[in-house]
Amino acid sequence: MTEGLHLDRVRIFEGARPLLEIDARVPPGEVLSVMGPSGSGKSTLLSHLMGDLAPGFRAHGELTLEGQDLSGLPPEARRLGLLYQDPLLFPHLSVAENLAFGLRPGGDRTERRNRVEAALADVSLEGYGPRDPATLSGGQAARVALMRTLLSEPRALLLDEPFSKLDQGLRDQTRRLVFDRARAARIPVVLVTHDRADVVAAGGPLIEL
Amino acid sequence: MRLPILATLAITTLPAMAEQPDPMDWPAVLAEAEGQTVYWHAWGGSTTTNDFIAWIGERAAEQGVTLEHVKLADTADAVGLVLSERQAGKDTGGSVDMIWINGANFASMKEQDLLFGPFAEALPNWQYVDVEGKTVTTDFTVPTEGYESPWAMAQVVFIHDSDRVDTPPTSAPALLDWAQAHPGRFTFPQPPDFLGTTFLKQMLIDLVEDPVVLQSPVGEDYAEVSAPLWDFMDALTPVLWRQGRAYPQTGPRQLQLMNDGEVDIAISFSPGEATAAIANYELPSTARTYVLDKGTLGNASFVAIPYNANAAAGAMVVADIILSPEAQLRAQTPDILGYGTVLDMDKLPEADRAAFEALDLGVATLSPAELGQAQAEPHPTWAERLAADWVARYGVAN
Amino acid sequence: MLRPLPLLTVLVLAGPVLIGIAGTVLPAIGLGPVGQGLGLGPFHQVLDWPGLPRATAVSVLSGVLSTLGALGVAALILAGWQGTATFRALERLLSPLLAVPHAAAALGLAFVIAPSGWIARLPAQALGWSVPPDLLILQDPWGLSLTAGLIAKELPFLLLMMLAALGQVEHRRRMAITRSLGHGRVAGWMKTVFPGVYAQVRLPVMVVLVYGMTNVDVATILGPNTPPTLSVQVTRWMLDPDLALRSVAAAGALVQVAAVAMTLALWVGAERLCAALGRAWIWSGRGLPETTLRALGVSLAGLSALALLAGLAALALWSLAAGWRFPDLAPEALTLRSWSRFGPEMIAVAGTTLAIAATATLLSLILVIGCLEAEHRFGLTVGQRALWFLYLPLLVPQVAFLPGLLLPAWLGVGPGTGVVIAGHVVFVLPYVFLSLSGPYRAWDTRIARVAAGLGATPDRILWRLRLPMLLAPVLTACAIGVAVSVGQYLPTLLLGAGRVSTLATEAVALAAGGNRRAIGVWGVGQSLAALMPFVLALAIPALVFRNRKAMVRD
Repeated sequence: MTEGLHLDRVRIFEGARPLLEIDARVPPGEVLSVMGPSGSGKSTLLSHLMGDLAPGFRAHGELTLEGQDLSGLPPEARRLGLLYQDPLLFPHLSVAENLAFGLRPGGDRTERRNRVEAALADVSLEGYGPRDPATLSGGQAARVALMRTLLSEPRALLLDEPFSKLDQGLRDQTRRLVFDRARAARIPVVLVTHDRADVVAAGGPLIEL
Repeated sequence: MRLPILATLAITTLPAMAEQPDPMDWPAVLAEAEGQTVYWHAWGGSTTTNDFIAWIGERAAEQGVTLEHVKLADTADAVGLVLSERQAGKDTGGSVDMIWINGANFASMKEQDLLFGPFAEALPNWQYVDVEGKTVTTDFTVPTEGYESPWAMAQVVFIHDSDRVDTPPTSAPALLDWAQAHPGRFTFPQPPDFLGTTFLKQMLIDLVEDPVVLQSPVGEDYAEVSAPLWDFMDALTPVLWRQGRAYPQTGPRQLQLMNDGEVDIAISFSPGEATAAIANYELPSTARTYVLDKGTLGNASFVAIPYNANAAAGAMVVADIILSPEAQLRAQTPDILGYGTVLDMDKLPEADRAAFEALDLGVATLSPAELGQAQAEPHPTWAERLAADWVARYGVAN
Repeated sequence: MLRPLPLLTVLVLAGPVLIGIAGTVLPAIGLGPVGQGLGLGPFHQVLDWPGLPRATAVSVLSGVLSTLGALGVAALILAGWQGTATFRALERLLSPLLAVPHAAAALGLAFVIAPSGWIARLPAQALGWSVPPDLLILQDPWGLSLTAGLIAKELPFLLLMMLAALGQVEHRRRMAITRSLGHGRVAGWMKTVFPGVYAQVRLPVMVVLVYGMTNVDVATILGPNTPPTLSVQVTRWMLDPDLALRSVAAAGALVQVAAVAMTLALWVGAERLCAALGRAWIWSGRGLPETTLRALGVSLAGLSALALLAGLAALALWSLAAGWRFPDLAPEALTLRSWSRFGPEMIAVAGTTLAIAATATLLSLILVIGCLEAEHRFGLTVGQRALWFLYLPLLVPQVAFLPGLLLPAWLGVGPGTGVVIAGHVVFVLPYVFLSLSGPYRAWDTRIARVAAGLGATPDRILWRLRLPMLLAPVLTACAIGVAVSVGQYLPTLLLGAGRVSTLATEAVALAAGGNRRAIGVWGVGQSLAALMPFVLALAIPALVFRNRKAMVRD
């Protein structure tokens, strides 16, 4: 089976100290949840997946995505969408420009505009294109961030405690939206979280570090 | 040890004479000058002089020479530059083409073979120069031998504010009496500034019995000859502006003090400076000039060309323009520059002579008759020694 | 492309200093073209100069006192007033005051404090004096007016440095806790915030100390002359027509270096002592006279800002003055004559000055961004030691290495605009680095990772995200770079061999001449050339990001 994201006997060391060890396969549309206390290496694992492990860390083992070995690939070539607890919209660009930034090359201007418009409409943000991201509410910004990621057609999604800053009602809603979209796009998801409710909603396997 | 050997090599590398123009072949000089850029290193502290140099630049441009005024705080900067270029083995294409120079700087450059020439007497306008009546062929007793070309005559005058000083003191003892009666109202630029050193020389000439001794280099009898000056200075210094604990650094700064009402008498090396300064609001309209009973020092300003000048031909063309009756007339015009001309009125064509005679010298400028015969500059070693001695006595600790 | 940049930057900073010092040491020990053979002759001549004790004493005094003064006032104003409306008003003046070139500030100040200057004209008007008092205020033998001028000019620099450092010591929380424990505002700040802030600004403080001891332009204008400070005397020896004095100048420069090194060592010792005293003070539990110190802080800071502003106003007024005599507070009439006389040339020279400044700043910016980006991408941090390289050209006295830099003339590199620009980079780069590195490193790197996840290459992230988001700090760094370049006097004079005229060299040359109207025109020009980039650095981001709330700083 070459589909999905494979972490084969991945071990990460901080200097000489072993930090974590993980062995997992995440099929398309499934969510792998990773939990653990602070310092257990959750964020380091995401860094390793992204391919920008900080100096001082070493990793062994194999990472494959859709059958392709990821090791040695620069972050931008891995095509892993990343969502943080903050939406991290680019503050100097408009909402539409934020979405266009992630669009893969190709298509003419009108076509690209239409795709951005459609993505906004998709999350009930019609007409928000010219807006300053700083004027969006927390929920709106989270949705823009998700659509920006999805428009870049990622091959997998990495979530770093993505819902922890949202209030309760919004959190459920956003969580559902993200997991539904990931499932619909049939891409594997790695979720790093503190919140058991996230794991329950994700419905996939759980690894505790 | 390799370094000393390297150093010796550098010292013994003598300047190789570059292919420089022949001053005697003036048409060739003109042809070579066309298109050259001449960097004239000249003191930049006087805005009227700067304006005049800019005007010379316009005349030079008419002959295809671009003149750039490199404004110096001190002429020694340019001398040092030529020297460091020789040290670096840059014997052609040097960065200094012409220097406004006289006195010790000239003596130093001439002695070290840092000058191009002789060229001055080959300039077409040399024919008008007053070689008999004016000290244009010796510079502080050092023969110029054509290595520098004169451009202005200068003579010491004292400026006083006639509103505050009724009878200006016209001798060194009188100046001391006046200063003691009016403490804090007189000062002079701080030696080794050339004007400050000039003040020392002027006082010494006024105080010694026979100034002829100053024409020879400083000798064994220095202490004896200069003793009257130091007695005078010991008495004068405590009643100077700021009790002699601070001095203006330059001549123009001294004029500024006069304009600010801080002093009432100042020394100047340019008979027309006061008139020009009044026109530029830099001195009160009541400023007037006077000379000492026994007369005052006079000398000429020159331009010289370094041996490694990049545009020696262009520099000669500029030196010739400066000697032209038109430029000399402009320089003598009081509200432009007010410098004395180096030309001989009797040698000039009729029209030019008439123009000079028609000049209104201005309220604060003395006529040539009032200025009187200039006293000769002492040998450069005197200036050096007096300045150094003054610095040691008054310039380092209070 | 990016990887060699950090090393190149270190070479750009350290190379000229090392080569220059070599070029100074050789003549000082009698070697080289002007030397009389290996020996300590030049040093003997320096030691024989009767003015040496006083000149050295004044150099050390003016350096130490001006540093203590500027540091003390900066600490008092931060301790007593940060967060108040008064402080915000002063803070707004910081950048403009920092930008005013030293020479222009000193020239303006000289007119304000002279016995025939503006301050003295007030009582003169009231009491009907016709002549100014014969008081030795300017150029006093102990360099007190020099010290005062240096304090006024260095205060904005230290304040800005300390403000930047405050962010890293969580001063608000520290102060909240300190005051809840019952400490007064000033005493609490001194006990809990100052030690942390000082640790951050130690190097800038030393730069101020070295500058105070070794500057030539301010000391020429405000400092004593009987004798002058050591660095001024060294410069005079260097420019003396008697060429044998070149090696004396070199030896004098090394004496200067020794004096600086000893003073720095004493300073470091004093730091230890102060730390011990501070601990004892904390144990004692005693406070401070809060009201007095707050009043002192605001009046000293206000006074020095006022003095600089009044100086600038004086320059501007002189440039427009017709006749203006003592004791009149203003000129008889205003005229544009000085501007039409000196303006066109000043503007032409301003063009050259800004071209040199822009080139030097751009080169510095490329190196700095290259270093910071290499640090970000490859983790190429050179560590704390790199900071010393950065400060090297600022900590070694200029008179000690600039003359020696003419050494490259041996290698066939003549003086000229190119060398001047290269020389400016040496002094501009540290300030650009110091100004930009904070915001650059503070940029949220998660944005880079999100963008990489979106498929953006590192270069695209740099050009499309990081640099645009950092537009304001990049422009501020540029403005600082231009201001530093516009203010450079000795490097321009020596490396340009007098052929390269900038506003700084012309202004100081004119200062020798003493024509206040010309000085006014050139001083105003120099100040504007330094200030304009700051205005642009504020205006451009505000304009570009007028519709981006998160990008507009408060």
